[in-house]
Amino acid sequence: MPEKIFKVNQKEYILPGNRSCQGCGLALAYRYILKALRENTIMTIPASCLTVLHGLYPITSVTVPALNCTFASTAASASGLVAGLAAQNRTEMTVVAMAGDGGTYDIGIQALSGAAERGTDFIYVCYDNEGYMNTGTQRSSATPMGALTTTTPVLTKQQNKKDMMKIMEAHDIPYLATASPSYPIDLYDKFVKAKRIKGTRYIQISAPCPPGWGFAPKDTVKIGRLAVETGMVVLYEIEDGKFRFTGRSKTLAEKGNRAPLIQYVEKQERFRKMNIEQLARLQKWVDGKWNEYLRRAEE
Amino acid sequence: MSAVQILTGNQAAATAVKLCDVQVISAYPITPSTSLTEMLAEWIEKGELKAEYVRVESEHSVMTVCVSASSVGARVFTSTSSHGLLYMHEQLHWAAGSRLPIVTCVINRGVGAPWSIFNDQQDSISQRDTGWIQIYCRDNQEILDSVIQAYRIAEEVYCPVMVCYDGFVLSHTMMPVEIPEAEKVKNFLPPYKPHTILSPEEPLNINPVILPTQRRDAQGVLRDGYMEFRWKLQHALEGSRDVIVEVNRQFADLFGRDHGGMLWGYRTDDAEVYLVGIGSLATEATMAADMLREEGIHAGVVGIRVYRPFPREEIRNVLKNAPAIVIFEKDISYGYEGALSADVKAALYGTGISAPVHNYIAGLGGRDVKAAELAEAVRSSLAAVAGGVMERQTWLNCVTE
Ligand SMILES: Cc1ncc(C[n+]2csc(CCOP(=O)(O)OP(=O)(O)O)c2C)c(N)n1
Ligand code: SF4
Repeated sequence: MPEKIFKVNQKEYILPGNRSCQGCGLALAYRYILKALRENTIMTIPASCLTVLHGLYPITSVTVPALNCTFASTAASASGLVAGLAAQNRTEMTVVAMAGDGGTYDIGIQALSGAAERGTDFIYVCYDNEGYMNTGTQRSSATPMGALTTTTPVLTKQQNKKDMMKIMEAHDIPYLATASPSYPIDLYDKFVKAKRIKGTRYIQISAPCPPGWGFAPKDTVKIGRLAVETGMVVLYEIEDGKFRFTGRSKTLAEKGNRAPLIQYVEKQERFRKMNIEQLARLQKWVDGKWNEYLRRAEE
Repeated sequence: MSAVQILTGNQAAATAVKLCDVQVISAYPITPSTSLTEMLAEWIEKGELKAEYVRVESEHSVMTVCVSASSVGARVFTSTSSHGLLYMHEQLHWAAGSRLPIVTCVINRGVGAPWSIFNDQQDSISQRDTGWIQIYCRDNQEILDSVIQAYRIAEEVYCPVMVCYDGFVLSHTMMPVEIPEAEKVKNFLPPYKPHTILSPEEPLNINPVILPTQRRDAQGVLRDGYMEFRWKLQHALEGSRDVIVEVNRQFADLFGRDHGGMLWGYRTDDAEVYLVGIGSLATEATMAADMLREEGIHAGVVGIRVYRPFPREEIRNVLKNAPAIVIFEKDISYGYEGALSADVKAALYGTGISAPVHNYIAGLGGRDVKAAELAEAVRSSLAAVAGGVMERQTWLNCVTE
């Protein structure tokens, strides 16, 4: 059962004032993640915007114990925490690894694949802001086709986004989900559920990024909603191999009233060089994925 | 009762790990280190050793597991060689920067390109600036004893330790090894007390971004900047000399074996030429010294046991009256000379010791080097020294035209 808004943990785990940008989608999501996971959580985080959010030594805005790790090593770091805690019978802890898309889709994929294959008992969270934001918006394999980044500054990114969910699903893990901070209760519920499951759990969060994507900080929630409304981001979970739409995506799937992609694309500076042909290609890509999900939901 | 067993170097190391009650082991296969961790895996699966074994997908992940498990208070172990060690490089810095008492056996092997599985010490010597203590062993008994000592040292100074020994030469060669009693080892090595514990009771953000300058915390206390952290690591390594010597002394008292603390000497008292080396090459040099003495050349040997921290004072002391110094080593700092040679010379700087120092690069990638060849090298150096040659670099048994 989804938890209702009044059931959301009232406790705050991030103190007021952190170093993320105004309107950071990651920060919104992180607040709800920690609320859902509650006490006895240990985080491990690689170089990323999340490191910055956690603050500069010796001050931190996050009240959950956290171990910083090197960029490529997030899931291995979680494996070490799990093993170290198990060796001391501290089994009450939930180990959570959380990295950006660069740290997940790209440099960290080897360690993540290894940890998932071993069935390591942890939650891996990828917050996907679709680029290397900490180093100033470079292209990653999660950047959508047609987006400008500082390493695709003229021609835009030519390739489609990598389907990381599919890669992770191929590891036969018990729980996978997507989420968006624009739908916090859906996100919260998924973490509450994930916490109760044993084994490797993978949750991928679409995290709108005002400076990287080119929109006003006040519009983060709106942009996140448009991503879901257009099907650029789809909310679902896969539990023991069973696919299920959730939240707003479930309603969209039932009613069949997805918005055209242009409504999402036109609101972001990063797509300003996108031509009609690219937009059509991206729309086709989104439609293809959506139809795949519809088929899976019926299975 | 202690018992004598015939063991390879890798078996000796594994036996020590078991005696040290290591709680988390992670490893990745690479010749010639593999049989060490295979043995540990077998003991764990048979229930003879109670530890978590994390079978990761790379050495980068191996050292990450060690760092994280150690951060939550577990005693950890790994071993590797050559490219495995190089692949860990980023994490070696991270481990030392985190001040974690991780013990790693490095089974020394040459590095590519091109591929070589055979022994030299380029792998660990080229990691000398990562902030790890490095101990080099002569024989399988010293491997077992040094692993036990390494945990004592590491957990006292909060620095990681590499216990290095030569691939195949020791790792796969059988020798009699005395196995100490488990109870006695427990008394020698108290349980690991971490400097910080990552737990919800006292939430910490460990190893975040740090500024060049010092900065006040929420209570207004001025905390270290990046450079103070670096100085503390340097200070800890410099200070670890006393701990290494003391641990070696206590070990000798309790177990009756003295491996020499920072370095060891062989027939050095009246020596007219000092052969200096590391690991099994230094053992080889003792045989060369015996040969030379039979001919009337008074040769002595200095074996470097601990390469980092460097035995600066001990070197000065033992070489203070040295008429000539010949350094043999299985590594090269490209574009300069052997790393050991450079370090020995630097230690002598400003002391008034102005002996000639000849540097021999030997045995790279398993190139055979016999005691007789070391003796011949010494003879040739002595002749050159008589002719006034102060410095010389020679690649032994190598075509250099
Ligand atoms: C081995 C290594 N290479 C490169 C870097 C530099 N670096 C730090 S953060 C970062 C980008 C992180 O991108 P992502 O994982 O997408 O997270 P985000 O910054 O977007 O939150 C990079 C490239 C590093 N720290 N380590
Ligand atoms: S760059 Fe983007 S992801 Fe990073 S802190 Fe700013 S808004 Fe958040």
